[in-house]
Amino acid sequence: MADVTMRIWRGDAEGGDFQEYTIAQNEGEVVLDVIHRIQATEAPDLACRWNCKAGKCGSCSAEINGKPRLMCMTRMDELPEGTVTVAPMRTFPIIRDLVTDVSFNFAMAERIPAVLPPPMPEGGYRMFQEDVERGQEFRKCIECFLCQDVCHVIRDHEDNKHHYAGPRFFIRYAELEMHPLDTNDRRDYVREEMGLGYCNITKCCTEVCPEHIKITDNAIIPLKERAVDAHYDPIAWLGRKIRNGSKRSAAEAGVQPAP
Amino acid sequence: MTEYEHHDYDVLIIGAGGAGLRAAIEAKQRGLSVGIVTKSLLGKAHTVMAEGGIAAAMGNIYAEDNWQVHFRDTMRGGKMLNNYRMAELHAKEAPDRVYELEQWGALFDRTKDGRILQRDFGGHRYARLAHVGDRTGLELIRTLQQKVVSMGTDVFMECKVLQLVHDSAGRIAGAVAYWRPTGEFVTFGAKAVILATGGVGKSWKFTSNSWESTGDGHAMALWAGAELIDMECIQFHPTGMVWPFSVRGLLVTEGVRGDGGVLRNAEGERFMFRYVADMFRAETAESEEEADKWYADHSAGRRPPDLLPRDEVARAINAEVKAGRGSPHGGVFLDIGSRRSAEYIRRRLPSMYHQFMELAGVDITREAMEIGPTCHYIMGGVKVDADTAATRVAGLYAAGEVAGGMHGANRLGGNSLSDLVVFGRRAGVAAADYIDAGSGPADFDEGEVAAAIERALAPFTRESGENPYDIQRDLQDMMQANVGIIRNGPELADALTQLDGTFSERVANLKVTGGRAYNPGWNLATDLPSMITVSKCVTRGAIQREESRGGHTREDFPKASAEFGTFNLAHSVSAGTYDGEFATVRSPLLTMPDELKALLEEAK
Repeated sequence: MADVTMRIWRGDAEGGDFQEYTIAQNEGEVVLDVIHRIQATEAPDLACRWNCKAGKCGSCSAEINGKPRLMCMTRMDELPEGTVTVAPMRTFPIIRDLVTDVSFNFAMAERIPAVLPPPMPEGGYRMFQEDVERGQEFRKCIECFLCQDVCHVIRDHEDNKHHYAGPRFFIRYAELEMHPLDTNDRRDYVREEMGLGYCNITKCCTEVCPEHIKITDNAIIPLKERAVDAHYDPIAWLGRKIRNGSKRSAAEAGVQPAP
Repeated sequence: MTEYEHHDYDVLIIGAGGAGLRAAIEAKQRGLSVGIVTKSLLGKAHTVMAEGGIAAAMGNIYAEDNWQVHFRDTMRGGKMLNNYRMAELHAKEAPDRVYELEQWGALFDRTKDGRILQRDFGGHRYARLAHVGDRTGLELIRTLQQKVVSMGTDVFMECKVLQLVHDSAGRIAGAVAYWRPTGEFVTFGAKAVILATGGVGKSWKFTSNSWESTGDGHAMALWAGAELIDMECIQFHPTGMVWPFSVRGLLVTEGVRGDGGVLRNAEGERFMFRYVADMFRAETAESEEEADKWYADHSAGRRPPDLLPRDEVARAINAEVKAGRGSPHGGVFLDIGSRRSAEYIRRRLPSMYHQFMELAGVDITREAMEIGPTCHYIMGGVKVDADTAATRVAGLYAAGEVAGGMHGANRLGGNSLSDLVVFGRRAGVAAADYIDAGSGPADFDEGEVAAAIERALAPFTRESGENPYDIQRDLQDMMQANVGIIRNGPELADALTQLDGTFSERVANLKVTGGRAYNPGWNLATDLPSMITVSKCVTRGAIQREESRGGHTREDFPKASAEFGTFNLAHSVSAGTYDGEFATVRSPLLTMPDELKALLEEAK
């Protein structure tokens, strides 16, 4: 097979630039294979984050020819002929080379009010497949943060990171909202504190999701509807008053008690 | 002297996979301060790679299932080399650990009446694996991660522990580590340390393991004075991808066979019927018709031989390839496409569908997969007390793959995820009890810290030296060739000579280029001592175990021997030092109580 030229961003928080490496290719390789070979030969200190190399851990996110993708699931032979450009995710601060500081996401995860099920009955909970399937779609998420990377609300507006959870966490809020057992009501919280309204459903997140989760259609839009209903729908509001809320407020259950 | 930051915790947990996270939850619930250190990001640990399910005798599909049958299956699968008490506790407690995951938000697949669905797997008499499609490990780690985060636990991510630190009385007092993003050092003081560092597979060329599986915890425990047992028992999972070459070794879940997939050779023959060992003959189907009936109803026929324990299946595949009946790329065929509907396959095995479609261009709903054995799991590990996960070093505990004994000579599929949560919890309980009893270190040996830091920095100071990647590649090639699935005396002796000689010297003289911040070459340089130490133990064990049993097959000793079935091989290093002399002794198995023996007899 012909050699390929890889144009890889090298640098750190102080700055950097693309460097070119020309290297042999083998049949069936993915971008991460080529990066590894460059590490093992020309550039042992080339920083890239990876773990499973099987599309299951979501560590090796990068922008390949400008598109946010997993390096381990992008075959070289599916890319157009010519130089392949690999850059770090742009939305997060650079640590080194292809590795970015994704701590924003972990900080957002800490702010999610926990799942709060009723006590478990003898013999375990009963839930039905069609009820768990909605949440299961969102629990396929491998936390590669490509959806966060591509979301223009934070990609182009650094300030929004303080009050915008981003698509990865909207699917988490949707999953909890649709969880058959959860009693914790986060609808006001996700609208007021997590910036759900900033999302203007351009579906960029859905396009880049390596797990093919329908982030916008199945999570964000239903979540927006439910959050808006909770706030503005007088009948729903009255219903909640009468039922005295089967779901508790988010603040009451910030930390889940021990079972 | 190098400056470094320092943190103090009651319990320090090294590793953030299933066992480490479960231990953390337990220690937090006891009101202790807990620090978790992981060399990757949170939620990326190798646990995410587990596919098929978590084994627990809940009896949701077959009411006749119970802990006694699970215990018996585990012991037989382990070729009776197991720590019986671990197998007993595991079988008894696994159901509670699964139900607990549901309380923390896990969403398992369901039966029609709304209970947790369970699937068939190799070596398990009944459908026993709770699962979520073929991504059960992800569900487990995400559930535990979310629970740990909701409890406000400190997690040190991309922070790699180099060595454990003692107090002046030899008790565990903490650890020394470095931050991968900056290359700066950090020390942790702790009253108790729980190792949950996973496995060792990265020392083999074809493995389902990620870069992390370098045996850090195995090596650190050994250096700190603990013993390692059963290190020769390595599981080669029968079904890893064989093509494209760049993904060779990548796991193909046993769930494919549990859900109806069968193995065929190049002639299309379902060859497993020719490889049924005497131990399993009575319960294994004799014909394709009988095997196929079993899938729908386990009382209508006996189990298909495709679902024998992993060691049996891996050896059979190896033999077929050797006999010239392999697939074009040196494996055999795994066929589910001709046996189940496309819709069923995509629903039950979505990751496998995706993996083959995207990486190999193979549509598994229509074509057979090419598969072959891949280094997957080490049964061996730190010798621990079954009830407490305590090692022989005061204050040091081990749980999950890094601990030995639970699985004997061969692990059954699905028993790993349950192992993580059963013994992760037990390690957390025991560490908390140890601390509550007022035990703990008196001081912190700064000398050990200084020595560990000096060793870690040495590769930067050498004028010249080898690239660590070259050493890693040669080690993987050598271990694959000499200490692989089928072994013999001369090749093992050659392996040990190389490990004690050239490899140890090369690692002592390697050179790292670049800076300390997020330098993968340096990180590998700090992994290599662990990889060499672990490889030495595996090889020494393999030389001394002159028989074939489970994940240890000697072509010069092809049968199991009654004598060798009475002990584990236990490794230690003299005076618990880093570069001491290795010693390997016979450590007798625990004596099983009569009522448990009876369970094994009844089932014959």
